[in-house]
Amino acid sequence: MEYLIGIQGPDFVLVAADNVAASSIIQMKHDYDKMFKLSEKILLLCVGEAGDTVQFAEYIQKNVQLYKMRNGYELSPSAAANFTRKNLADYLRSRTPYHVNLLLAGYDDADGPGLFYMDHLSSLAKAPFAAHGYGAYLTLSILDRYYKKLNTLSSSFQLNRRFILNLPSFSVRVIDKNGIQELQKVTVGAAK
Amino acid sequence: MIELPDRTEPRVGLQSRGNRHHLGSTRSQNDFRSRSPSSALSIPSSTTSFSGSDKRSVLRPFPMSHGTTTLGFIFQGGVIAAADTRASAGGLVACPAVHKITPLHSHLVVTSSGSGADCMLWERILAREIRLYQLRHKRRLSIRGTAKLLSFMLQSTRITQTGSTDYGPKLIYVCSDGARLQGDVFSVGSGSPYAYGVLDRDLKWNLSVPEAVSLAREAVFRATHRDAYSGNNVDLFHITAQGWHQRKREDLKEEYYRKIEEIRHTNESG
Repeated sequence: MEYLIGIQGPDFVLVAADNVAASSIIQMKHDYDKMFKLSEKILLLCVGEAGDTVQFAEYIQKNVQLYKMRNGYELSPSAAANFTRKNLADYLRSRTPYHVNLLLAGYDDADGPGLFYMDHLSSLAKAPFAAHGYGAYLTLSILDRYYKKLNTLSSSFQLNRRFILNLPSFSVRVIDKNGIQELQKVTVGAAK
Repeated sequence: MIELPDRTEPRVGLQSRGNRHHLGSTRSQNDFRSRSPSSALSIPSSTTSFSGSDKRSVLRPFPMSHGTTTLGFIFQGGVIAAADTRASAGGLVACPAVHKITPLHSHLVVTSSGSGADCMLWERILAREIRLYQLRHKRRLSIRGTAKLLSFMLQSTRITQTGSTDYGPKLIYVCSDGARLQGDVFSVGSGSPYAYGVLDRDLKWNLSVPEAVSLAREAVFRATHRDAYSGNNVDLFHITAQGWHQRKREDLKEEYYRKIEEIRHTNESG
């Protein structure tokens, strides 16, 4: 099962996704990246039905870039999230809904960091922390207990390392005022 | 098929997964995904589909053909694509000698799994489209572009043309449900788990060409031994910068008896 998690800090958002692309019982790829870069400071994490994820995420990605080309400035994370949700909602009542669950994480120079949770029924919620997948059942309670408003990046990352399930590795990225940085991949052996 | 002039960059091996929601057989289609529902990577699907909740799957009036084992991997000497040759329709071997690997141009082959008719259709459509692209743009479409084209055609919502300038051997898995994965080793079809077992163990980057060929053959052989819906012969293509080269089709029955003999020989001498 696929897994996404996002944690918002005071001036950053930390996101992680597993690296498995599976098909029924076989792991087709173990180094698959589920994060899509919408702009310099916005990441879209996408899981769900096999073809829909890439299709939908790339569609959103290209449209966000088109907005920048047309208007000269980038969409804010909140605007991008609402745009994504609107698209999901429009397709929901069509013949071909997209079955995808998303996390959109971004840093707005005016509003600061933001994490948006969206699911396949096109609900949208801005949240301090969020997760998708079976792993969410385990990790949300931990986050409820231990999340503090003023957590720092290193403690967020530590919290992240504890969330390893049976998935072999996770890519982790953090967004702050400097943009998107990739942190080291977290593998099963690393959790203590 | 019209031979296209050779390009300088070596691009090889586009694999795609076949239809996913397939109830009958699974003939893996590398390179293309078929649009109609059929299982690409599913375990033999004569009665049920392992691919989970296929809410879009269509009820078949009769069992469709093709169980399959196809595989491909990249190594230092290029790309190997191998497949069995059995077409099964439910419990019947509809044809013992089909071609599951089709060359699209001098440096690109497609292996197919899933519904045979769909695979053939999409192979032809893709061949036509990439030939048209080449005529219009005076350059060959890249492997990734071809995979993306196929994936979007199968999705039937929008078509995107992409170009990419990366070179080298490539293996891309395309599935009828829209997934596109690029990787170093893929196996598709009802026999794929068995093939993965053999491949994962011995596959290394620096295999020599004969070793890689024999590994591919061994993987298909083991899969056909265990999987009822794969069998008969094995087709093998080796693709390099100079183009693809097809090995003579080998009967796996001979391979089986040869292996029995080897075992008997070692038991007697050991």
